[in-house]
Amino acid sequence: MVQVQVERFAYDVVVIGAGGAGLRAAIEARQQGKRTAIVTKSLFGKAHTVMAEGGCAASMGNVNAKDNWEVHFRDTMRGGKFLNNWRMAELHAKEAPDRVWELETYGALFDRTKDGRISQRNFGGHTYPRLAHVGDRTGLEMIRTMQQKIVSLQQEDFEEHGDYEAMLKVFPECTITELIKDGDRISGAFAYWRDSGKFLLFETPAIVLATGGIGKSFKVTSNSWEYTGDGHALALRAGATLINMEFVQFHPTGMVWPPSVKGILVTEGVRGDGGVLKNSTGERFMFGYIPDVFKGQYAETEKEADAWYKDQDNNRRTPDLLPRDEVARAINSEVKAGRGSPHGGVFLDIASRLPADEIRRRLPSMYHQFKELADVDITSQPMEVGPTCHYVMGGVEVDPDTASSVVPGLFAAGEVAGGMHGSNRLGGNSLSDLIVFGRRAGLGAVSYLDGLAERPTISESDVDDAANRAVAPFDWPTEGQAENPYTIHAELQQSMNDLVGIIRKEEEVQQALDKLVELKERARFVAVEGRREFNPGWHLSLDLRNMLLVSECVAKAALMRTESRGGHTRDDFPGMDAQWRNTLLVCSSDERGTHAEVAAKPQEPMREDLLELFELSELEKYYTDEELTQHSGRAGQ
Amino acid sequence: MSYKGNFKVWRGDDTSGGLEDFVVEVNEGEVVLDIIHRLQATQAPDLAVRWNCKAGKCGSCSAEINGMPRLLCMTRMSVFTEQETITVTPLRTFPVVRDLVTDVSYNYQKAREVPSFTPPENLGLGEYRMKQRDVERSQEFRKCIECFLCQNTCHVIRDHEENKESFSGPRFLMRIAELEMHPLDTEDRTRDAQDEHGLGYCNITKCCTEVCPEHIKITDNALIPMKERVADRKYDPIVWLGNQLFRRGSHNKH
Ligand SMILES: Cc1cc2nc3c(=O)[nH]c(=O)nc-3n(C[C@H](O)[C@H](O)[C@H](O)COP(=O)(O)OP(=O)(O)OC[C@H]3O[C@@H](n4cnc5c(N)ncnc54)[C@H](O)[C@@H]3O)c2cc1C
Ligand code: SF4
Ligand code: SF4
Ligand code: FES
Repeated sequence: MVQVQVERFAYDVVVIGAGGAGLRAAIEARQQGKRTAIVTKSLFGKAHTVMAEGGCAASMGNVNAKDNWEVHFRDTMRGGKFLNNWRMAELHAKEAPDRVWELETYGALFDRTKDGRISQRNFGGHTYPRLAHVGDRTGLEMIRTMQQKIVSLQQEDFEEHGDYEAMLKVFPECTITELIKDGDRISGAFAYWRDSGKFLLFETPAIVLATGGIGKSFKVTSNSWEYTGDGHALALRAGATLINMEFVQFHPTGMVWPPSVKGILVTEGVRGDGGVLKNSTGERFMFGYIPDVFKGQYAETEKEADAWYKDQDNNRRTPDLLPRDEVARAINSEVKAGRGSPHGGVFLDIASRLPADEIRRRLPSMYHQFKELADVDITSQPMEVGPTCHYVMGGVEVDPDTASSVVPGLFAAGEVAGGMHGSNRLGGNSLSDLIVFGRRAGLGAVSYLDGLAERPTISESDVDDAANRAVAPFDWPTEGQAENPYTIHAELQQSMNDLVGIIRKEEEVQQALDKLVELKERARFVAVEGRREFNPGWHLSLDLRNMLLVSECVAKAALMRTESRGGHTRDDFPGMDAQWRNTLLVCSSDERGTHAEVAAKPQEPMREDLLELFELSELEKYYTDEELTQHSGRAGQ
Repeated sequence: MSYKGNFKVWRGDDTSGGLEDFVVEVNEGEVVLDIIHRLQATQAPDLAVRWNCKAGKCGSCSAEINGMPRLLCMTRMSVFTEQETITVTPLRTFPVVRDLVTDVSYNYQKAREVPSFTPPENLGLGEYRMKQRDVERSQEFRKCIECFLCQNTCHVIRDHEENKESFSGPRFLMRIAELEMHPLDTEDRTRDAQDEHGLGYCNITKCCTEVCPEHIKITDNALIPMKERVADRKYDPIVWLGNQLFRRGSHNKH
């Protein structure tokens, strides 16, 4: 038994995560009059959202007036290969413009069009220029804007209560390790301060998970140390379900050299602004990789592709801007065929496409990144790029309108939530997802609170349990060998990368699952030195449990889905199978998170008026015949 | 192309500490943060360091390398010779928490004291119109990644704890300039800059500009123009008269 000293706090809503989704949820909850806490593993303003580059998708129609929510909805469903939760895709497409404009009222300064409106750029899979952006640092603008909005709300609270933190408080560098329930409802959360190692308890009836993704389980990734799937694992252990975990997005363009920066992102904005992919023979190879479902929608010659940048009404877009899964697979094939670049990627050329000062103006941080980290001047040399683990489509299964999970009082928004993006997310659709569903999760929590008859309570034994589990890595095993958390982490990353990566097959995924069994066993003997004050080895030991559980979900779901679709490619089942389109793989676990299970369930059919937004001929590429009998194109036959 | 590099890393906490020697493998293309991570994985698992993006975008990994304030993730090993001993210490202006991690809460307090963006009341969602050239000035300042290297460097507070109370530092003086130059903001913070945030302490040495990893021209584009605005305001006859009247008015009541 440890001697536990636990600092206690009581809030109406606790938001876990200070990225775009968490901040937007907290703003909403506070504006609705609820006392709100924001808990984050890093400092305020440093969450992963800060790294987003290209932009935030919203059909404002500022650059091409033909754009509207219906076009955005169609693009999103196509990008996700029609496996998306269509209600989420609908809400997202409809509400994104207002959410972006709202950021302007908080002080955001997006790049402008000639007539002074928010400028919008092209991105993969988006029919029209749609991404609001600030150069290539859009995420920084969004996070800073919401951070500053929170400060302004705190200033209002100071005026009223004499205390900046009366209604809204940020707990920086604080990690949640357990959610606590009273019966089947949420009643609190247990945490430690990263700096002092001391424990905290939040007593709260409503929790919004906004913890982001899982990329740190893979070796080559654009994600930071924070992406250990904490929210995914917390949700599972609290009894919530995850969906779509087999769909992991490998961004086609990560840096490949030098080794220490391998995986760092090269924004899709490079291609949106004219950059093209080439192999070692100088060929623009993407023309050879337009899949059947997209035939007719993309340019077939270089001439047409180049003309498209200027005149989008009379030309089709370049296949360099196919959805990410297509481009990543194409790069993979080129490298395998021996047409790769010296360091195992392909070339991304913007130097020959735009004048140097234009490149520096539009892509300042890419210019900076290559110059400083790789000694490459992108205004005169091509970049070398290759796929990198970037985003997880899978996440907590939520009610589209309220963001509620199946556990009363537990909500989820942003990358940790599942459904919105189906099997593959379009670039730019995450930042907009954060603000649309961040707000909805805040509102969902508020209305849940308003309907609550009494506050759930926390039992002391749950608190003791949580504390014991948290300090376990300091107990060195009395027999057997102690394990180093860094070693286990490295082996996990290697295994997931090699065996459950961009191209999968049964034997390999099975091997990964065997490896996971071994790693889970060894993880029980993880032991760390030192004290509890800012001890990264200890922090990693606790994060490891989450990574192992979430990786098990990814691998098990990947094994079960015997088709290829979006962010899940099976070498042994290369085709897309209409029977699988409507099937969700749902993950759950036991209370301790020692074991994950996956079960299949059908998804709710799309509402008819939404289905009618698509041509029958397009739907036929994805749907089974029986599913389409109601479509007006068929009904007449 | 790997070699054994010599490092001195400051280890300790708010009560005591000192430099510790390490010999570590260094590989081609690596940055100082890679070396710190290798130390954690192989020799010092509890070595404390902050980082997030490893790409110069989040401003978490600020420290001093051979006495120079820098981002650990953007300092390439190739700028040093293989024989050189590289010394890594925490930011000096802020209290140490542990090893390379400092308590930067001063900055968050100062951020909270700057009056926020105040939107125009007559414009609804989607009605904002601003010219690109008009937003560019503030956009330059919004590139700030809040690494606080400029705050750490400015001599007004480096080694002058006593000035922290009345001086917000280049980062937040620049934040005031950013809001003042926002085409649609309706608040006036000019007097505040001087009276509440200590603009007067700045004697435009430009040390902040030199260390900014985002290459923001803090002094030339934010601080000097703010100083000019303050000066204009002081000598503007109408404002001057207004101030005098106000003073006299309040005086008369006694
Ligand atoms: C390099 C890069 C570029 C990208 N560019 C784009 C783009 O141009 N457009 C686009 O739409 N998308 C882009 N994305 C994707 C997008 O940025 C992310 O999906 C999105 O920012 C995730 O936001 P979030 O709010 O869900 O979580 P995050 O911003 O990741 O925030 C997660 C928060 O949860 C906290 N947290 C996690 N676990 C715990 C815990 N146990 N206890 C307490 N706190 C915890 C973290 O500290 C953090 O504050 C990009 C991603 C990367 C990596
Ligand atoms: S220019 Fe002013 S703010 Fe910048 S370092 Fe010098 S005195 Fe400090
Ligand atoms: S102005 Fe520059 S040095 Fe100062 S905090 Fe911002 S990015 Fe860092
Ligand atoms: S880790 Fe983000 S700036 Fe260095």
